[in-house]
Amino acid sequence: MEGMAGQKSTLVWAVNISAFLLVLLWTIPTLGLLVSSFRDRDQIASSGWWQSFSASEQTGFVRTGTDADAVQRDGLYVIEGNVLAEGQSLVAWGTRARDPGAHQPGETVETSDGWQLTVAEDGAYVLTSPTPFEMRRGERIFLTTKAPPKFTAANYQRVLTAEGLGRAFMNTLTVTIPATVIPILIAAFAAYALAWMRFPGRALLTAAVVGLLVVPLQVALIPLLRMHNEIGIGKGYLGIWLAHTGFGLPLAIYLLRNYMIGLPREVIESARVDGATEFQIFRRIILPLSFPALASFAIFQFLWVWNDLLVATVFLGNTREQLVMTGVLRELMGSKGGEWEILATSAFISIAVPLAVFFAMQKYLVRGLLAGSVKGG
Amino acid sequence: MDLFWLAVSTIAVGVFGCVAWFWGSNMILDRIWPPRGPNAGDNIRKANQVRPWLFLGPAILFLTLYLVYPVIDSFWRSLHNANGSRFVGGANYSWLLGDGKFRESMRNNMLWLLVVPALSTLFGLIAAQLTDRIRWGNIGKSLIFMPMAISFVGAGVIWKFIYEYRAAGETQIGLLNWIVTSLGGQPQIWLTLPVWNNFFLMLVLVWIQTGFAMVILSAALRGIPEETIEAAILDGASPWQVFFKIKVPQIMGTIAVVWTTITIVVLKVFDIVFVMTNGQWGTQVLANLMYDWMFRGTPDYGRGSAIAIVLMILVTPIMIWNIRNARREAG
Repeated sequence: MEGMAGQKSTLVWAVNISAFLLVLLWTIPTLGLLVSSFRDRDQIASSGWWQSFSASEQTGFVRTGTDADAVQRDGLYVIEGNVLAEGQSLVAWGTRARDPGAHQPGETVETSDGWQLTVAEDGAYVLTSPTPFEMRRGERIFLTTKAPPKFTAANYQRVLTAEGLGRAFMNTLTVTIPATVIPILIAAFAAYALAWMRFPGRALLTAAVVGLLVVPLQVALIPLLRMHNEIGIGKGYLGIWLAHTGFGLPLAIYLLRNYMIGLPREVIESARVDGATEFQIFRRIILPLSFPALASFAIFQFLWVWNDLLVATVFLGNTREQLVMTGVLRELMGSKGGEWEILATSAFISIAVPLAVFFAMQKYLVRGLLAGSVKGG
Repeated sequence: MDLFWLAVSTIAVGVFGCVAWFWGSNMILDRIWPPRGPNAGDNIRKANQVRPWLFLGPAILFLTLYLVYPVIDSFWRSLHNANGSRFVGGANYSWLLGDGKFRESMRNNMLWLLVVPALSTLFGLIAAQLTDRIRWGNIGKSLIFMPMAISFVGAGVIWKFIYEYRAAGETQIGLLNWIVTSLGGQPQIWLTLPVWNNFFLMLVLVWIQTGFAMVILSAALRGIPEETIEAAILDGASPWQVFFKIKVPQIMGTIAVVWTTITIVVLKVFDIVFVMTNGQWGTQVLANLMYDWMFRGTPDYGRGSAIAIVLMILVTPIMIWNIRNARREAG
């Protein structure tokens, strides 16, 4: 479209900027989660993740030592110590809650008890008194401190072990892989029959597959669960594999049939003339040629099964050992509502694999979408 | 580790079973009617009548057991009482009509149905048009498309973090409330605001579905014949006119496909509501309501099934439309 008559550079800029804003808008939510998953619990609670790359200011107070810590020096009673934790730097300090940032580092101030207090920039404080100290608790020093941005992988360790996400990861993988592989096999044969074999009822069956594409799987939950119980499968992996196979088949058959029907007729006809059986044609010609479509569906099914919550909730048990990652995530949302370091980290672990698959195989995903919607519509 | 071997052996058994079925049944067929010898022609004809059904057999079995039978069974169950012991006719359906929660769900589903496909398609169209015209367009497309790979539950966490609320005066760690307070407003508990909270939930699905719309529409936009655009520009059409009067009308068919595809997703929306509000504060939707009746407290399979059938009825027009489209293309 470059070089089009009347194209002005302002328009190009406008397009670039609006595209950038749109992309930003779509990326920020996920970015916030990723950044937060590496942040320290206290920092998440005290500042927004978008501020996490600059030093964060915190306020609070510490207490000085008490009578017991006092030493005598040059005729004065002295208590010494340091108010800062590691990595912090002092911005301001004070002695009264009402005005916690009244004094600059290095200033010397008289407290309400008539003592002299100095807090240096490095956090060292000196409290002196001409007479012995009499206090049960240390004097309060209010602090405004700055902490540098701090990122940690500790959340990941905690979530994978203590919160049981490691186990859930294995469960999800166990559900996903058979539930992706088996429907492909079954669908490939069916799609070949629908695309290249002549038999009565073929059009009707194809129409039925298109119709079944949109059946809400909510309709299937109760009848199937009862059926599984009656034939002795019950709740478990076998049941969920079968269920996902059934639910994934219409799309698989539909996508593969649409693809196979576009394969060159001559290749198949000449193989038939050469005396190849249908089974040989399928295995030697159709299957290798259909690789792009098989890959498209494999990605769809993988993402769908990996991300599914409803089918897993219904067909697998709900004990801690049986939960898949979406199940754990949902449970954590209930039980750890405010602990964002846990939630963000868990969520990121659960979406990491689909994202990796997505970025690695995007080409096939797009191709599959186009085959499913534009061509077949 | 046990789990690992269970998974591996299932894949092996499943794959081996499938292959054994297809290979074995084909071989037996060729034994019964060998494609050679005196009756070769006759035998091949007979075998070819049976073979499609061998190829289709497992698929038909699965589709019947896992999709067709459940629809019939659900319908039958929706005519019965809570535990299926007594036939009650249309009682469950007439109860639905009078139930406040059901009406709320229907209202919300209709809101979702109006807002989500419209916004997703609109944003998708804008994104497609913008990213097609810039050099880094493919990266931009990838990033807008990315939420498609994220689970609804994961998206729920992501967006709940954005809607996070802290009392006024505290540091806001939710992006939305931070923006609102930075502009001088009061922080809100977004997910409990009546009616508006529905729109905050819808935003999550729009965020996910826009990438899908963009990918399809971008392909359609690129398929528009250049001559039509060039002719319009020569006639002095502005970029806006080119877009709305030349391009959009030509991809109307694709827009319809995108719209209906998203509509189906919307009708079945469950996870987002389930994990973010669980249907509280006036955000109930049909799929979640059905889940409540089927799996929470004392299950009522009759009422749950009735809601499932309502869902089924709502998608039926789209199903018919799809079938007619597919047949027209085939014929």
